[in-house]
Amino acid sequence: MTATPHETAKASRTAGIPFLLKTAFINAVIALVLFSLMIGIRTEAGSDGQLTYWTRFGDLASIVAAVFGGSIVIELLRQWIGPTGAEKLVPPAVQSGMSFIGRYLAPALLVFTLLVPVIFYNQRYILDLAILVLTYVMLGWGLNVVVGLAGLLDLGYVAFYAVGAYSYALLATNFGWSFWVCLPLAGILAAFWGVLLGFPVLRLRGDYLAIVTLAFGEIIRLVIINWQDLTGGPNGVSGIPRPTFFGIPLDNSDDGLAAKLRIEYSPTHRIVFLFYLILALALLTNWVTIRLRRLPIGRAWEALREDEVACRALGINTTTTKLTAFATGAMFGGFAGAFFATRQGFISPESFTFQESALVLAIVVLGGMGSQLGVALAALAMIGGFELFRSLETYRMLVFGMAMVLIMIWRPRGLIGHRAPTVYLTKAQAISSDLVKEGHG
Amino acid sequence: MSGEPILSVDRLTMRFGGIVAVHDLSFAAEPKKITALIGPNGAGKTTVFNCITGFYKPSGGAIRLTHDDGRQIALERLNDFRIAKQAKVARTFQNIRLFPGMTALENLMVAQHNTLMRASGFTFLGLIGVPTYRDAEKQAIALATDWLKRINLLDRADDAAGNLAYGDQRRLEIARAMCTEPALLCLDEPAAGLNARESAALSELLLSIRNEIGTSILLIEHDMSVVMEISDHIVVMDHGVKIAQGTPREVRDDPKVIAAYLGTDEEEAAAVMESGS
Repeated sequence: MTATPHETAKASRTAGIPFLLKTAFINAVIALVLFSLMIGIRTEAGSDGQLTYWTRFGDLASIVAAVFGGSIVIELLRQWIGPTGAEKLVPPAVQSGMSFIGRYLAPALLVFTLLVPVIFYNQRYILDLAILVLTYVMLGWGLNVVVGLAGLLDLGYVAFYAVGAYSYALLATNFGWSFWVCLPLAGILAAFWGVLLGFPVLRLRGDYLAIVTLAFGEIIRLVIINWQDLTGGPNGVSGIPRPTFFGIPLDNSDDGLAAKLRIEYSPTHRIVFLFYLILALALLTNWVTIRLRRLPIGRAWEALREDEVACRALGINTTTTKLTAFATGAMFGGFAGAFFATRQGFISPESFTFQESALVLAIVVLGGMGSQLGVALAALAMIGGFELFRSLETYRMLVFGMAMVLIMIWRPRGLIGHRAPTVYLTKAQAISSDLVKEGHG
Repeated sequence: MSGEPILSVDRLTMRFGGIVAVHDLSFAAEPKKITALIGPNGAGKTTVFNCITGFYKPSGGAIRLTHDDGRQIALERLNDFRIAKQAKVARTFQNIRLFPGMTALENLMVAQHNTLMRASGFTFLGLIGVPTYRDAEKQAIALATDWLKRINLLDRADDAAGNLAYGDQRRLEIARAMCTEPALLCLDEPAAGLNARESAALSELLLSIRNEIGTSILLIEHDMSVVMEISDHIVVMDHGVKIAQGTPREVRDDPKVIAAYLGTDEEEAAAVMESGS
């Protein structure tokens, strides 16, 4: 009996009905244990407050039977498709098409984004949504410097967003400074807080770093809530000036932009202006990040993510390198915060909860750490996708969560997981995500 | 400055709690020579390396580095990255520590971080793209290319370091250390895991580094064929103390060395030492 490798592989794949039944049986038992209390017994408070219960063994039996049958079907499917990777299921024509799309996706997306206010001029809802998506694209790109490039897990990114927003809000309402003066200041102040956060956490790695940054995010929020004299506490800051077109207000007054251009005033002008403002800020973030990656500091960030000990052996000051990563990421967060404040006209601590940090981090992880295009796509999917499921009402979060889980199973290293080299001799080859480290603090 | 050793270790002691890993060790490494540090497993060789390169702070003793121009630096007072940056001591690791997700060329570019940082005006000038930085980057790429040629990896320049064969990774790590343009190169078991042919190529590479570039080398190695062939001076350690030193020939015939390596069975020990000649 000499079986060729092919035959043995086939034999093991179609291996036996006993195996099938065993797997299905185990799954059915697990289902029975799980659902016996959840579905098998129904309890409710009776009319006099006593506990009443009744059994639903019929439902339980049908669930267990469904699991039994379902696991046989899944196992059969798995054997039929075989251990081939998901790529092999995609025909080559589609694959080459996808690589074609991949090459032109970023420019196409950029052109489309530039045209959004033209196409959707009369749809305020879409314009607002686009501004929201772009804000998160910018936040994602900012956090990408810290998490994606330097490999420092930051769970308190919203703190810098808050610092930027409050910097602009307080400077503008108290001193009447214009948006264009406050914007760089907001970035500088946020970067300053980034350095302040950086110092105590430099020695920490991985989980410990994540916890301290999480705490930092909460500290900033609590300070904002409790420092009532300055920040207005839970009431927030209102009456934040709207942005001006370099000094020309975008309103219905006589010296407004519409009047100066001799066109009819429309509130949409301001929305379109805000759209292009955040687009410009996001593109600035992108441009600076792409340039920084090709400079020694950016390479040092990535080297730090790959191996910190080796960095030190090469004479790289890991302390300042980490601090610059924190400061750069924080600065972009601060810019985004200032934009948020001027767009809303009102800010309060409620806008800067941990959920925001988690959302931005999810965008970076889903997009593929370090990938600029991936982060943009992920922001679109997360913010836009969430709106897309609005019609599902109660099940919105459930469907959205399931979609996230499926995407992470399909692409464990994010939508765009591979890494592009920053310098090359003959040809830039994408580096597989298996080799790229995720960093550990 | 003839006669002045590039590295002099004076009464170095390193304690971890109650364990004395290195005790009262003194030795010197001559400039433009290859000095080998050998000894059985657990003799404290890597601890000595970590003290020299600043990854450990020694419990006692002095480590002095003397540059060509007579500048002396007390290494025991400097941090790890300052030793690489200011004292110009480069090192490799026993278990290879490349940046696996970066290309071979990028690995060599990261090694030139400090030069490039200065050229890029600490990022600010580089960000706006001044020509001086572009020239500096071109020079850095030229140096990296030169090293890729020397280690015979030019055609793999744009491949991820993690994708290279084991022997290639070892050579790339040495090239990366050399791209920092060190005065002293410390190699922790560079021949570990290499086959005979690769070991021979490594010996050649190390000799060319000594002869053509004039970098002093301090080497920890178990592969006696490499040690005996290329070393100018050998220091033998056992249980944290120096038990012998001298030329390869002197060390090979030293009964204390033979005893340390193989108990007291001198015939067997002699056979092993013989194989390296």
